[in-house]
Amino acid sequence: MSPSLDPGIVIVGASLAGLRGAEALRLHGYAGPLAIVGEEPHPPYDRPPLSKHVLAGELAPGATALPNLVPLRATWHLGVAATGLDRPARTLRLGDGRVLPYGRLLIATGAQARPWPGSEEAALDGVFTLRGRDDAAALRAVLAQGPRHVLIVGGGLIGCEAASCCRDLGIDVTLVDPNPTPLARSLGTFVGGVVSGLLERAGVDFRPGVHVELLEGDTFGRLRRAHLRGGETIEADVAIVALGAVRSTGWLAGAGLMADAGGLTCDGACRVLAADGTPCQDIYAAGDVARWPNPHYGGRLIAVEHWGNAVEQAGHAARNMLAAREDQQPYAHLPAFWSSQFGVNIKAVGLTEGADTVAIVQGSRATRRFLAVYGRAGRSIAAVSFDEGRWLPAYAEQIRAGRPFPPIRDATDQTRIATHVPGFPAPRRGRAAPAETGGIHV
Amino acid sequence: MRVVVDLNRCQGYAQCCYAAPEHFVLRGHEILFYDPAPPDAKRGEIARAVQACPVRAISAEGLDAPERPEAGAAS
Ligand SMILES: Cc1cc2nc3c(=O)[nH]c(=O)nc-3n(C[C@H](O)[C@H](O)[C@H](O)COP(=O)(O)OP(=O)(O)OC[C@H]3O[C@@H](n4cnc5c(N)ncnc54)[C@H](O)[C@@H]3O)c2cc1C
Ligand code: SF4
Repeated sequence: MSPSLDPGIVIVGASLAGLRGAEALRLHGYAGPLAIVGEEPHPPYDRPPLSKHVLAGELAPGATALPNLVPLRATWHLGVAATGLDRPARTLRLGDGRVLPYGRLLIATGAQARPWPGSEEAALDGVFTLRGRDDAAALRAVLAQGPRHVLIVGGGLIGCEAASCCRDLGIDVTLVDPNPTPLARSLGTFVGGVVSGLLERAGVDFRPGVHVELLEGDTFGRLRRAHLRGGETIEADVAIVALGAVRSTGWLAGAGLMADAGGLTCDGACRVLAADGTPCQDIYAAGDVARWPNPHYGGRLIAVEHWGNAVEQAGHAARNMLAAREDQQPYAHLPAFWSSQFGVNIKAVGLTEGADTVAIVQGSRATRRFLAVYGRAGRSIAAVSFDEGRWLPAYAEQIRAGRPFPPIRDATDQTRIATHVPGFPAPRRGRAAPAETGGIHV
Repeated sequence: MRVVVDLNRCQGYAQCCYAAPEHFVLRGHEILFYDPAPPDAKRGEIARAVQACPVRAISAEGLDAPERPEAGAAS
């Protein structure tokens, strides 16, 4: 192909990973054509403040536009989705009918909120999910009017953060989760119990072990109440459905790639795998959408839906996209996230998945200020801090190095390190992906 | 202007809060609440905050990359 006809690099997904990937391509010296396709009409913006400061009314929904740190000289196609990928022709089909050729492709389509299973119930006035800026704006507008009672379905990070905002606003809120504590899937019930305490102190009506079966509307199509398994009901005029995310891979159906709602499978170098398992030399993926074999966890396929991975993986994929075939570097990311809720800063590193033991190595659960380390088969695999973030980097190093559990015995403030069962719930059953796809999702 | 802080990296040292107190606030023990869209007129303050952060967690558009020390001088 002559240089003048080179369609260059196309990035699909104009959010955190798409933007940081584009910047990294330019930083690494890529000077050719660059196009960025994004389904949302908005230029890249930051999501973490949405479920914290935007819902609380401290930041306007449009205030979180991401800084662009490197001149991009890119062609932006915003407000238009990629609807298909033709690999033999090296083209993308766009929602407005256009066909966009690419030389190399970076897929950064992220994830979407898992919708409430009944579509009529999901369409009731007052039922919300929270993923994008428009979701946050709509939900914030309703919270500002002072709803009577908010029901939050799902005690994951976003559900808990939303509950925290509701209480800051003085709104009555019930949070239900099928597990015994919030954040049970990511942190286990031993640590999750501390979050139960935070909810209780803040006046959230937390109902563990509860399944919502049905959302009922009135004759005007407004949410009226939720019906729980066992017959009980909860009156609510607002429901926030916080059931986690599904990866945005639907548009890749028919493209002959290993993609499903749990992610788009890549090799260790962020190259997307074809259905037969061979890496595509010209297609890479990064961010929430990508699932790749993580060397820190025995090469198991892992998809991470946290901010730090989107930034780092986009940079890594961009670097590999420009490198020779013999110089594809493996992506060895140690997952990490932060969350703030009920005035507490929660930070985590590593994967708690499969942990068989947990120990408090700094502080105590009773004071809600502590650092806990998770172990698996004698190795330290993850750590979480509640308002003890300054200790975390040291433990991250130990985890990265695969040190025995518990590490750094000489620096602990505990007289004796007691180990506990982390208390992870049994794997989900009977739910369409992602749990069945074999990968791990954090 | 646009600002983002890598809150994995942020250690709650609060130096940014001294440099640009209207745009960076520490809450509780270690929660950093920052303004992602400070007015352009505050460019100098924001540049000082970027420079002050010991773990280089703050990125701001339109400033030189934080690793260049002269970026903080302009105001
Ligand atoms: C409310 C909320 C709070 C969060 N808080 C935290 C936090 O405190 N800490 C933390 O570590 N992480 C947090 N996260 C996670 C973090 O925001 C994500 O990991 C990050 O946004 C992932 O970036 P991404 O670019 O991979 O995907 P996304 O941000 O999901 O972006 C993907 C983009 O691709 C677009 N797209 C999808 N399909 C197509 C298509 N077919 N064609 C074109 N465009 C398409 C989408 O519209 C979207 O704009 C939070 C997420 C949410 C939603
Ligand atoms: S100076 Fe840096 S580490 Fe300290 S609070 Fe500000 S952003 Fe965080």
